[in-house]
Amino acid sequence: MLADKDRIFTNLYGFHDWRLPAARARGAWDGTKAILERGPDAIIDEMKKSGLRGRGGAGFPTGLKWSFMPKEVKDRPHYLVVNADESEPGTCKDRDIMRHDPHLLVEGCLIAGFAMRANAGYIYVRGEFYNEAQTLIAAIKEAYDAGLLGKNACGSGWDFDLYVHRGAGAYICGEETALLESLEGKKGMPRLKPPFPAGSGLYGCPSTVNNVESIAVAPTILRRGAAWFAGIGRPNNTGTKLFCISGHVNKPCNVEEEMGIPLRELIDRHAGGVRGGWDNLLAVIPGGASVPLLPKSICDTVLVDFDSLRDQKSGLGTAAVIVMDKSTDIVKAIARLSQFYKHESCGQCTPCREGTGWMWRVMERMVVGNARIDEIDALEDVTRQVEGHTICALGDAAAWPIQGLIRHFRPEMERRIRARTEKLAAE
Amino acid sequence: MITADPMDVPYVEEFRFLPEYLEKAKALIANYPPGRQASAVIGVLDLVQRQEGWLSRTAMDEVAKLLDMAPIRVYEIATFYTMFQLKPKGKYLLQVCTTTPCWLRGSDAIMKACEHAADGKTFSVQEVECLGACVNAPVVQINDDFYEDLDEASLQKVLDAFRRGETPKPGPQVDRQTSAPEGGPTTLRSE
Repeated sequence: MLADKDRIFTNLYGFHDWRLPAARARGAWDGTKAILERGPDAIIDEMKKSGLRGRGGAGFPTGLKWSFMPKEVKDRPHYLVVNADESEPGTCKDRDIMRHDPHLLVEGCLIAGFAMRANAGYIYVRGEFYNEAQTLIAAIKEAYDAGLLGKNACGSGWDFDLYVHRGAGAYICGEETALLESLEGKKGMPRLKPPFPAGSGLYGCPSTVNNVESIAVAPTILRRGAAWFAGIGRPNNTGTKLFCISGHVNKPCNVEEEMGIPLRELIDRHAGGVRGGWDNLLAVIPGGASVPLLPKSICDTVLVDFDSLRDQKSGLGTAAVIVMDKSTDIVKAIARLSQFYKHESCGQCTPCREGTGWMWRVMERMVVGNARIDEIDALEDVTRQVEGHTICALGDAAAWPIQGLIRHFRPEMERRIRARTEKLAAE
Repeated sequence: MITADPMDVPYVEEFRFLPEYLEKAKALIANYPPGRQASAVIGVLDLVQRQEGWLSRTAMDEVAKLLDMAPIRVYEIATFYTMFQLKPKGKYLLQVCTTTPCWLRGSDAIMKACEHAADGKTFSVQEVECLGACVNAPVVQINDDFYEDLDEASLQKVLDAFRRGETPKPGPQVDRQTSAPEGGPTTLRSE
């Protein structure tokens, strides 16, 4: 188990005050000026060495992402954009950072903005997090008043302004280019890439979009050193991670743990175990709604990190662990996710707009067995036709949970179809 | 998803920003570079909704003028984002999350109870997708606040308090600190 001294989010649960003096006492804003004095290249190099992979779901190396920004500011300003549009079902970690440890995020914004030569940053907070946004706005004001943001931020000679931008209810705005469209005052419809945001992002200017957790861990990594962070977890899957454990556990919770912790240990140690005991486990969705579920047989031994879960044809995603015990109607649980994606598709690409609705309708029939056996294959085939054929990954995210269901629970789907057929024949 | 056909959204006789809301709108516009005032459209529509309770076409047209946008661009925004209410609502909007993590912990019963309570005056109800508080499921957002770890009995207590004109304490409705496990945290116990 991760030792408390190695935890970054020491006020995860809000037992303590989030305000500046208390945050400073916990270590935030300590030596920020000295970190900035190392210069952008040294900061990016240290971030690369830490092995930090983006905490928003895709797991792209954060330091590498920062390095894609132009080395000099030319005719267009640079922007840092922080993705706090936390909406992936199962995920509620960034909320805790914003309401309980906002100064780690604000400090991270200054450091990241400086490293990518940006004088301004926007934090895009999902609209429903009204109170969290107000806390963040208040923390930013504290930082301005203390000279930590604004002109000559932190005495670094660098000017940095930071703004909170609230959304208004749209999962798709968590996709980075849809977020940029939304930030520009448009519908959240993803853009084609290339051009990538580092070349042409917010207002057509070089921009980088990072998840809240990725930015909020940066100051501590730079204070304690890349070697410290890289020494936690497993190679290529380094550091600490916020996990959200929801569903059929005795004590649902958020917790910061080591990457690569065994799934069973994570659930047993922190979430009070599966309701009714480990043997009552049916399946786990290990990384938020978008990733394929895992049956108990895999959950028995799997480690929770990017590569271990990828090897099991699932993913770490946002590390939102959704636990389902044997009482779960597993087909309905996945059908509800299909409904989610149908609701959240922006409607821009035909395979996603039409496919999410089609897949949901077929899934609803699968719940009651109102289908033919070969329609399972047709459903699988349609998921493959949506996956990879859309501008953004929402189409993939809609396809994967269904693929996971068919991969691991096809006999249950067939059983329902047969049961209904037999019942109708008997009547 | 498009929530409504903008042409179906009604006009009202008159819409005017109250001075304090206009001031807040101008402060929002100042957050963006010159010429990029359209960036404030979500925020300004939210202010209108806070002032009026919902968004009429009349108000949208006024926002379009304020931000120098074509009215259709504002309509697009108002009908794309699900938090915008396009007809008058009750005093308290019950937004019930029914996505899988909440559904696993009993959101069907919560939804049913909220539908039962909705009278269009005190309470309106809306089924919403994941609210992002999944370890405190099931969750209902009531206006700006999240009510968490609900069951039918605690939901009734919360609704009754609103009916009496009180504001019940938001957050977990069981004995629990925010997202920490019930019975106390397993980490961060050393001083």
